[in-house]
Amino acid sequence: MSEMDKITAMHGAGGAMMDRLLREHILTEFSARSAGRIGLDALDDGATIELPTEGELVVTTDSHVVKPIFFPGGDIGRLAAAGTLNDLAVMGARPLALTLGLILEEGFPLADLTRIISSIAGVLDEIGVPLIAGDTKVMGKGELDRIAINTTGIGVAAHAVSDSAISPGDVVIVTGTIGDHGMALLACREEFHLETKLESDVAPIWPLVERALAAGGIKAMKDPTRGGLAAVLNEMAGKANVTIEVDEAEIPIRNPVRGIGSLLGISPLTVANEGKAVIVTAPDRADAVLRALRAHPLGKDAAIIGKVTDEYPGKVILGTEVGGRRFLEMPLGDPVPRIC
Amino acid sequence: MSDPVRAAALARTIARLTPDYPVKIVHVCGTHEATITEHGLRRFLPEPVEVLEGPGCPVCVTPTRDIDAAVKIARKGAILCTFGDMTRVPGTEMTLAAARADGADVRVVLSAAEAASIARNTNREVVFFGVGFETTTPMTAAILLDDPPENLSVIVSHKLIPPAMAALLDLPDNRISAYLAPGHVSVIIGEEPYTPFPRDYGIPVVIGGFEPLDILYAIALILRQLKDGTPRVENGYPRAVRPEGNRRAQELIEQVFEPTDVVWRGIGSIPNSGLRLRDEFRQFDARARFGVTGEEGEETVPGCRCPDVLTARAVPTDCPLFRTTCTPLNPVGPCMVGVEAACNIWYRYGGRPKL
Ligand code: SF4
Repeated sequence: MSEMDKITAMHGAGGAMMDRLLREHILTEFSARSAGRIGLDALDDGATIELPTEGELVVTTDSHVVKPIFFPGGDIGRLAAAGTLNDLAVMGARPLALTLGLILEEGFPLADLTRIISSIAGVLDEIGVPLIAGDTKVMGKGELDRIAINTTGIGVAAHAVSDSAISPGDVVIVTGTIGDHGMALLACREEFHLETKLESDVAPIWPLVERALAAGGIKAMKDPTRGGLAAVLNEMAGKANVTIEVDEAEIPIRNPVRGIGSLLGISPLTVANEGKAVIVTAPDRADAVLRALRAHPLGKDAAIIGKVTDEYPGKVILGTEVGGRRFLEMPLGDPVPRIC
Repeated sequence: MSDPVRAAALARTIARLTPDYPVKIVHVCGTHEATITEHGLRRFLPEPVEVLEGPGCPVCVTPTRDIDAAVKIARKGAILCTFGDMTRVPGTEMTLAAARADGADVRVVLSAAEAASIARNTNREVVFFGVGFETTTPMTAAILLDDPPENLSVIVSHKLIPPAMAALLDLPDNRISAYLAPGHVSVIIGEEPYTPFPRDYGIPVVIGGFEPLDILYAIALILRQLKDGTPRVENGYPRAVRPEGNRRAQELIEQVFEPTDVVWRGIGSIPNSGLRLRDEFRQFDARARFGVTGEEGEETVPGCRCPDVLTARAVPTDCPLFRTTCTPLNPVGPCMVGVEAACNIWYRYGGRPKL
């Protein structure tokens, strides 16, 4: 690899080098580049979005770092785009536009950047969302671990869905298998030498969520990313001061996820998902929502996993597979593999 | 191994065999506690039956003086290798993690063999801090028998489970009705070392596996022995445990180590409950090599009920510090550090294990 193929400080200096990087390696990757009168091509100080005629604007932002940056089933680019769009989706918001902030370490291979940018573009194409603004900075060698990506998403919701408007009697649904992303990442870490075909589930879920919303009766949604299903259920139960009781046997988990989890001593319920949502519905709409979800490829494994009660306010109870019962706690931190 | 139908059947058997007086079953194995708590098995036990963890966490029972020795040796410039949890156990002055932050070379390894291979690839002194019960001891013995590199030495902190079980029974207020004996320790030592408990103390001992059904089955066997009044050593885990144990592993231990009195954190000195290197292997004794003597450290932390938890005379929720000032991220006592320890396990599963 020649020096020409790497990111240099000049790429972040705002001059001709940066202009070329943007025009040749970034802008052209995105097929949709405008959500209003002034779009990305203008390279102006900002972009405009045509105001929707009704509903609420929803905005969310997220910064992404991940190790490794390329992993089975995706990369940091796909993660950065899908992650933010999914935050909009679980607010019940149709995405209008995305912005992209790149921070690159000096020496970062241009080929890797191209791969990452094309992954981001791929996600946006999948659900027809334009990239409307961006920023690129370069940091010195060693000042950053290769790449960090910030994305901001803007969406519109007829009526934004919170993550806590739930009450006893409501039904808890997951839109698919749990633990895929986190376990795939753990499995591909070199120190474990695990051979597996397991892939991250990273995907934009708006098309799926849109169907569920159409079925009606949705009270709360949340995407179980960091901390996994366990963290999300605890947040929901805590905020609404209710009990969520889920049935372990009903939670869809792929066999390799289970296998790697037991090998490393890490519960699939505590690791990240990047293409799933937890949906709480009114009891009389649960079946309709489930049917709507299962009709979409991303939701084919959707399942009712439990219900909202009031037995221990703020707590999550897990009915274990063998028939026992225990609390499902908020995970302590990033899961650490068992050592002895 | 977690078939709910078979579990329900075992639960009915347990209910049928449960007497009307309190039954305190003690196990000495972090994996048992993890299975019981993680699968919510206490739900299957009728009121008079309780199951408690005793000294089942090797990390927790490692005395302060051993941690202190490891810290001193690490600060003398050796590469100190040990299992991950050990780096977080408080010593008199500091943890091994703190020593590392202070510049010492402390490395987490997954096995004794890994420490030996580190030693083979460096000229520096490498010290393996060997903790654990009969399950990990053979591996430490194996590296010392396999032409070990000269720059390798060992802080031996290995312990034996049966003497600790006897020590608990010798406590006047132990109230122990039966022992659920640990599956993987029993794979090594077999059934014989448990025979004094039914014979001398009238206590049933049932060896149990680690799947939820294994444990429910072992508890049912215990209750039946109590009901029949025929205490004996019974193998509830025959698919893994042979009556004579693993002779080869026993020989490895025997060749390298000899029993000695050692201190168990929170319990005190127990006769012949630990191991030391035989004379032929003394040159691998890290304490001697680095001139670190085993002066006594403070074994308990004020307010910490680990001594009661480790002797199965209290459960974590009996400790006022549990979940308030003592948490896995900020452990006060060793029982909150080890992932095999009662306080740590109960914390992770919400501190109310019977729902
Ligand atoms: S909760 Fe903490 S302080 Fe209390 S007994 Fe357990 S380890 Fe000791």
